[in-house]
Amino acid sequence: MSFLFVHVVERNFMAYRRMWLVFLSGFVEPVLFLLSIGVGVGKLVGSVTVPGVGAIPYDMFVAPALLATSAMNGSVFDTTFNFFFKYKYAKSFDAMLATPLGTTDVALGEMGWALLRGTIYAAAFLATMLVFGLVESWWAILAIPASMLIGFAFAGAGMAATTWMRSFVDFDYVNIVLVPMFLFSATFFPLSRYPEALQWVVRVTPLYQGVAIERSLVLGDLHWTLLLNVAYLVVMGLVGVRVAGKRLTKLLTP
Amino acid sequence: MPVACTFVTTAPPLIVARGLEKRFGASVAVDGIDVHVEAGEAFGFLGPNGAGKTSTMRMIGCVSPRSGGELSVLGFDPATDGPQIRARLGVVPQEDTLDLELTVRENVLIYGRYFDLPRAAIRTRADELLEFVQLTDRSNDRVDNLSGGMKRRLTIARALVNRPDLVLLDEPTTGLDPQARHLVWDRLYRLKRQGATLVLTTHYMDEAEQLCDRLVIMDAGRIVAEGSPRQLIEKHATREVVELRFRSESVQHAALPRLHAIGARIEELADRVLLYTNTGEADVERLQADGLETETLLIRRASLEDVFLTLTGRTLEE
Repeated sequence: MSFLFVHVVERNFMAYRRMWLVFLSGFVEPVLFLLSIGVGVGKLVGSVTVPGVGAIPYDMFVAPALLATSAMNGSVFDTTFNFFFKYKYAKSFDAMLATPLGTTDVALGEMGWALLRGTIYAAAFLATMLVFGLVESWWAILAIPASMLIGFAFAGAGMAATTWMRSFVDFDYVNIVLVPMFLFSATFFPLSRYPEALQWVVRVTPLYQGVAIERSLVLGDLHWTLLLNVAYLVVMGLVGVRVAGKRLTKLLTP
Repeated sequence: MPVACTFVTTAPPLIVARGLEKRFGASVAVDGIDVHVEAGEAFGFLGPNGAGKTSTMRMIGCVSPRSGGELSVLGFDPATDGPQIRARLGVVPQEDTLDLELTVRENVLIYGRYFDLPRAAIRTRADELLEFVQLTDRSNDRVDNLSGGMKRRLTIARALVNRPDLVLLDEPTTGLDPQARHLVWDRLYRLKRQGATLVLTTHYMDEAEQLCDRLVIMDAGRIVAEGSPRQLIEKHATREVVELRFRSESVQHAALPRLHAIGARIEELADRVLLYTNTGEADVERLQADGLETETLLIRRASLEDVFLTLTGRTLEE
């Protein structure tokens, strides 16, 4: 284990200095959702009842879920599309592996960059929420590390999945997984709207863990089950990194 | 024993391979080769596509584990000390792996960072190297906009950023036009003169003859001959080669008995016949006196191509 992976992060930093518009887009997306769904649709919905908190305005309900979703989307995008391009077409990793860097450094470096980027987005979105008056508790400050954790989990899974991708056509599968999670992880309506059996299905999906954590922190409603959500995401990220590292070694250094 | 001599003999070889093998599933890419490369040498692997050159280079470059045999690079074992070895290598891969999202200069800068070198040192080094490969005026261009030859030169500059003890070049001029090739050769020649150890693969005979002090000829994963270009030609070919082309295949076929009568070794190819001889002039005179009609006739010095043809019965670039 070395610290050489920071140079992989540095490489991305160097490249994105000229692509700051692309960089900015990751921040704009959740804000657009907040305005259209949270504020716009929210006017029609009124309030939502959250167990343990009571009735809250709809935009206050949706905002933390958007925070979790943007952490997922950003990290998945970096570790699937971008990662695949570098691995398959730009051969960036082949160049790195001719130096003292190893496949683990490459995986950690790419993930580190995804997390760094995600953290900046999370902080910016949280600040936006604050401006809109959607933050209820000082616990919300922990929403930033929570976003990093969500990013870590999905970066691991995304990177591992990408090692099995053969072409860009395969990335349709990524959306098949992401879009339903985005829509149904208690993002836009509470879990109680589902029949009992379906509630359990939602409870075991990864984005739900993130939404549950972010919502609790922003609303200041903490309970011990959050530890389960955290543990879920930690394991998901670790398994992902491990699998991705092994697969990359097999693929890039045959 | 003279002191100088002891000094020379104790300098350890940079690469030692014994019975080195590489298998991919059931197929054998490298089938037990023995190689040693000394410091300061320009060493070549010459062979057609699929001979096992790139697999060998990747094993030496510590990006592909060996399947069998022994391998030591810079005195270390690639299986356990990959990062330490790679820290002292400069690798020019067959396919361009330049960073397309960065500028020419940034490519060298970030590559130096991968070696964990301090930024200030890399900046100075980058300027020297871009000067060396004649790309100073393109420093701030995106890599996309460079020609194939410029990309190759940049790849060479990048590979030198860590002042490598050993430079590995996998087909350094494949795909380049003649002028770009000569520019690359010129830079490699300078490197060689500065005392760098170069190991390169090529399927161009002229490249091997130009650049290599010593080379091995590979075919189907094995080494079929070893020596300096001159030694190989002397050992496996004659001094001269007469190339004869005929109007048609049937004319070529009809001429064969008369060619055999010369007594020299004959290689029959689809479009020409090669006559291996040490007395080209005299043989040609005899054939012409005999009334042999050829379309073109050429006496030339034997090349590594002839060595390869002699050893494997095939041409290099077919």
